[in-house]
Amino acid sequence: MGTAYTPGLTVTPNAIVRKTRKLPIKGTVLVTEGDRVEPHTVVARADLPGDLDQVKVAHVLGINPGEVPQRLLIELGEHVVEGQVIARTKYFFGLLKSEAKAPTEGTIEYISDVSGNVGIRHAPRPVELTAYVRGAVIKVIPEEGVVIETPAAVVQGIFGIGGEREGAIRVMPDPDRTIEPGDINGELAGKIIVARRLITGEALKEAARAGVAGVVVAGIIDKELVDLLGYEIGVAITGDEAVGVTLVLTEGFGEIQMAQKTFDLLASLEGQEGSINGATQIRAGVIRPEVIVPRRDSAAAAVAEAGGELKIGSHIRVIREPHFGELGSVTALPPKLVEIETGAKVRTLRATLDSGTEAVIPRANVELV
Amino acid sequence: MDIEKTDSFLITDCGSTTTKAILILKTEGSYRLIGRGEAPTTVEAPFDDVTVGVITAVTELQELTGRTLLDGDKIICPKRGPNEGVDLFLSTSSAGGGLQMCVAGVIKAMTAESAERAALGAGAIVIDVLAVDDGRKEYERIERIRHLRPDMFLLAGGTDGGTKTHLVDLASTLLAADTKPRFGIGFELPVIYAGNVDARKGVHDLIGEKMAVRDVPNIRPRLEQENLGPAREAIHDVFLEHVMQQAPGYGKLMSWVSGEIMPTPMAVGRAVQTFAREEEANVLAVDIGGATTDIFSVFGDARAGTSVFNRTVSANYGMSYSICNVLKETGIANVSKWVPFQIDEPKLRNTLRNKMIRPTTIPSSRADLLIEQAIAREALRLSLEHHRLLAVGLKGIQQQRSVSDAFAQTDTGETLVDMMALDWMIGSGGVLSHAPSRTQAAWMMIDGFQPEGITKLAVDSIFMMPQIGILSELHPAAAGEVFRRDCLIELGTAVTAVGNAKKEGTPAIRLDLTTSDGRTIAETVHYGEIRLIELKLGQTATGTIDPTRRFNVGHGPGRAVEVELHGGDVGLIVDCRGVPRQLPEDDDARRTKLNEWAEALGLQRVE
Repeated sequence: MGTAYTPGLTVTPNAIVRKTRKLPIKGTVLVTEGDRVEPHTVVARADLPGDLDQVKVAHVLGINPGEVPQRLLIELGEHVVEGQVIARTKYFFGLLKSEAKAPTEGTIEYISDVSGNVGIRHAPRPVELTAYVRGAVIKVIPEEGVVIETPAAVVQGIFGIGGEREGAIRVMPDPDRTIEPGDINGELAGKIIVARRLITGEALKEAARAGVAGVVVAGIIDKELVDLLGYEIGVAITGDEAVGVTLVLTEGFGEIQMAQKTFDLLASLEGQEGSINGATQIRAGVIRPEVIVPRRDSAAAAVAEAGGELKIGSHIRVIREPHFGELGSVTALPPKLVEIETGAKVRTLRATLDSGTEAVIPRANVELV
Repeated sequence: MDIEKTDSFLITDCGSTTTKAILILKTEGSYRLIGRGEAPTTVEAPFDDVTVGVITAVTELQELTGRTLLDGDKIICPKRGPNEGVDLFLSTSSAGGGLQMCVAGVIKAMTAESAERAALGAGAIVIDVLAVDDGRKEYERIERIRHLRPDMFLLAGGTDGGTKTHLVDLASTLLAADTKPRFGIGFELPVIYAGNVDARKGVHDLIGEKMAVRDVPNIRPRLEQENLGPAREAIHDVFLEHVMQQAPGYGKLMSWVSGEIMPTPMAVGRAVQTFAREEEANVLAVDIGGATTDIFSVFGDARAGTSVFNRTVSANYGMSYSICNVLKETGIANVSKWVPFQIDEPKLRNTLRNKMIRPTTIPSSRADLLIEQAIAREALRLSLEHHRLLAVGLKGIQQQRSVSDAFAQTDTGETLVDMMALDWMIGSGGVLSHAPSRTQAAWMMIDGFQPEGITKLAVDSIFMMPQIGILSELHPAAAGEVFRRDCLIELGTAVTAVGNAKKEGTPAIRLDLTTSDGRTIAETVHYGEIRLIELKLGQTATGTIDPTRRFNVGHGPGRAVEVELHGGDVGLIVDCRGVPRQLPEDDDARRTKLNEWAEALGLQRVE
């Protein structure tokens, strides 16, 4: 495949970030174009349909489903309160009666003379959509949501857990060390903490306890993440984990170090407020976890598109063993298929790695940085 | 257009990861594959348009073959000259996560299962099966539907003239969930109603205003009759009308193609069915992808007197996106047992996890390759287990039995997958089609599926069964020729002795064969051994295979079979390692054994 390489994840100090914020169903947009919003600003609201309770009227009254409409004391669309009698039948010369009552407050949504059931819809549940990032509303999508724009520094990770949170960036005092539980303290509450290597599962637990908003590190040992969550992640669709803290991995699993460029950027943002989201989806509709730090100045460059073509001199990172995580630059792009150690014949490139090693690497196993 | 006169075809398959384009031309009187190009699929940002990937793949094909296929960003169809354009441009697709459906029936083991078979046969990924007796509470079903947001819903249940109440109840569950399709915020959820015809009105009265309900004949009009065709056609129509129209760029792609876009699994199913019909054989085919593993089978059903086609999709068993789900389901011990060298658990887990988050990378060391091939065996095994559960005869029907049957009572709903009766096993998907050695592909299939008796093995050379399947709809002759000559790589035959002995080294089977090039094969293969015997493509070996009393190769324990075995790229694999397979429990002994077997198959040892 001529373009068989993974475009690098976005790591840039200057991007125009546009976040489309959409309701799950149609609702009301509460802001207008040009409004300035903060991460907590509610930008749209909708009413999710309430649950539907089914009352088995025919069964309760001991009658045929076809008789139900005649025994009802309520009508379609009528509001009922909990305990209200909605159907009644009398027998034994009217001396005895059976009643069906509403188990909840709501509105009569359907009456079925086939099943003999009556459906009562609970009151709708309001859902509020926040801005998530600080910025300006540049577009209103009527009844659906908004697009928020901000000049920002952006770091996309490779994998994450936990949802949207905000906090100030704080680089750990000794960033070249794995974060251990003892490194977490109350001062880090509400912060997005950054280190160049790993975090242990116990330290992540401690961070949640201490109220840390987010953790950005190179990697984690898979087993520790599994122990923390209490289950295996089968497919990489994350973001809803109830772990109390958001984790963004910039490189992956195992002993690994954060790319210098990524670390330098995060370190330069020390003390600045940003938004973090661990939501990851690695299949149709790719979503990568992210850290977005809006810039106060608006004179940022346009969005730097990830990707582009591999060329001689392109800076790359190896994303699979051997040489996993190493950086280098491309020295040759042989057009013909080359047999590699496995015996497979694939498109490769030659690169000089920063360690000085000359390596032949499948093009599928590098990303542009 | 006179289809018989067409002699050039461009066919693309838009997969979830890559878009593959192939060119087929009629040269010197026969249809042949001329070339193949591929490019990343572009349904995601920043492209959001599937046609970008299609054009890139066709551009590569154009460069590789030298035939002009594009005029700017347009595919030249119909052709303009002998070396410019094609007569037909066709496409299949599974991009955007494929067609995701929920199905419902009244009884889980009966109508719900029929509904699931209907959806799977139409190329869908079934993300949940609801039934009145599925053991869940009403609110749990509602929450589940809301969470899943299917592209489409198939509502079935009841025989014609039977229950109406349960159908209306199921419709009310749908109403309560009030879910919207994944794509297109303002669109109504398409619901195909394929249940009791008498309940149609009740269902329409309840959900007709909120959802796009379409009626088709009942999939189970009587308990002993399954009528899946109309529901499958309706699913396909709705897929084209609703789902595809919402997916990025598909409107444009649909205006380019010469026929309808077909879901990829449906196309593969067509190719497998055509092959089984032409060979008059029982066939099991697998497509092991990055996200899902599809299994297709065609087995003769003695009871019905016809062959039955089944397809299952194991939506979360795959080699990249879903690799960790295979790990989750089978456990780390079942993966590491296939690894022939020492590796600690955390490292193995991290390796698999890194493949999941960087799904397009490929193994570049032998160790990495063997780890992927180890987990592939488990993905195949799990997917076949899943397939066996669904590829069954109809449940709940009364069978007419004769006196002799009464002594051999069989239940209804037995699996149709009979490995001893299987004639062909076909492998497809990256880990099998692109295995550096064809022997590795054969070995993975044998370990993952555990064939029994005599089974021919093949792989899809470059994963082009989807394209062959859609072409077979329009031009069966061209599809058949290309499938035979360029797609199917015959690996040879596996002879698997079923049974286990108490001690390794015990004689298991005796081969007395004569090959078509005049060689005599007179060998005894022992329990615990696998042996590769040279038998090239086009060669045969005829004679007798005589198992000892604990082993069976088709006619029962200890009973000899007369055979004609076919060769292939790998040869004749005689497998006496025992079925069910037992690996040594001691790690060192297990690794030694795996390396011994590798050597016996002509593969390198990895210590």
